[in-house]
Amino acid sequence: MYDFAYHKPTTVADAVKILSADPDARPISGGQTLLPALKHRLNKPTAVVDLSGIAELKGIRREGDKLVIGALAKHGEVANSPEVQAAIPALAQMASTIGDTQVRNRGTIGGSVSNNDPAADYPAAVLGLDATVVTDKRRIAADDFFQGMFTTALEPGELLVAIEFPIPEKAGYAKMRNPASRYVMAGVFVAKTKSGVRVVVNGAGPGVFRQAEMEKALAANWSADAVAGIKQAPDELNGDIHGSAEYRAHLVTVMAKRAVANAG
Amino acid sequence: MPQVTLTVNGTSHTVEVEGRTLLVELLREKLRLTGTHVGCDTSQCGACVVHVNGESVKSCTMLALQADGGEVTTIEGLAKPDGTLHPMQEAFREYHALQCGFCTPGMVMSAIDLVQKHPQGMSEKEIREGLEGNLCRCTGYHNIVKAIAAAQEVMHGRRAELAPAAE
Repeated sequence: MYDFAYHKPTTVADAVKILSADPDARPISGGQTLLPALKHRLNKPTAVVDLSGIAELKGIRREGDKLVIGALAKHGEVANSPEVQAAIPALAQMASTIGDTQVRNRGTIGGSVSNNDPAADYPAAVLGLDATVVTDKRRIAADDFFQGMFTTALEPGELLVAIEFPIPEKAGYAKMRNPASRYVMAGVFVAKTKSGVRVVVNGAGPGVFRQAEMEKALAANWSADAVAGIKQAPDELNGDIHGSAEYRAHLVTVMAKRAVANAG
Repeated sequence: MPQVTLTVNGTSHTVEVEGRTLLVELLREKLRLTGTHVGCDTSQCGACVVHVNGESVKSCTMLALQADGGEVTTIEGLAKPDGTLHPMQEAFREYHALQCGFCTPGMVMSAIDLVQKHPQGMSEKEIREGLEGNLCRCTGYHNIVKAIAAAQEVMHGRRAELAPAAE
């Protein structure tokens, strides 16, 4: 790992000031993705800006019909939060299956969502629940936020502050993990929300995406049977040593059925 | 050079580090606490697990500076000064939960966090799932799981002494 300067600001404004002044500075919180990437020298930041001392980025709270989760909420905190378990149990359940215990003790929701790894879990929940990403500058709808592999609507120097999840009527998630790396091979998040039924696929393609045909089928008939006959086209999906695009496409239907069953 | 001040096994240290210095490098190379091992250096194997502010973390995937002001416990900090082993260490010995021993410090630190987070006790399946972040290449995990199952009874006060392993 190349050396870098280390900053630990205590306000969002100070963090943004450092990040805006230096395009090669990188924010860090849990560091569970960034540090392994730096060890591989995939990235050479001049400075890392540790966000973990910024109180404005912390906390999980219910605000009316929304659940607001601060960027610094660790996966373990989300998994064990009584507020999350009561409002959106599928989200708590998802968080409890990210990485391993030690990753969940360090990794944060803000980091995972900003990074937008195609095999990450949280982006599926953010898009599936029609959540709003709140930054230091603006509010971004989930449909506009995720822009493909490791790409989001965040601009350089812009910081994810919190995520607002509207509380759904029902939601469920199912994933098939790679048996060795435990990353998602294909996952599906389903939700019955005020804005309609949403079905989101993660792990299988270059980024999270909505499965329109399944959304339509579930809107008409919320049952695992409704999606059982719908085939995902393999054209845009990932094919690699872990599984072909056709295999992942097959998994999408299987995971969709399981996700609906999990949602109840 | 930046400085980091942290408490390790009850003793306060102030150490000069680089921005990129990992917590495990601080522990092993600056403080010479070499009980914490580096296995994979890619956050997968768990040989480097220590407790920071009471929670298990992979010390190869945390900057030393991120532990500033924190309380760190390593494998060296578990036994009492008179040499009495922590119940988890005693259980690993009694149940022969190791062969080469390389993964053992991380296994013990993860196991203690796991037991503390499950005051109601864990089934064998829960223990196996809870060890997802720790790899052992010799034992097949079998005796490690038995040791943790036995240690949790002592740690939660349900038994005064460790249940002896079968002959």
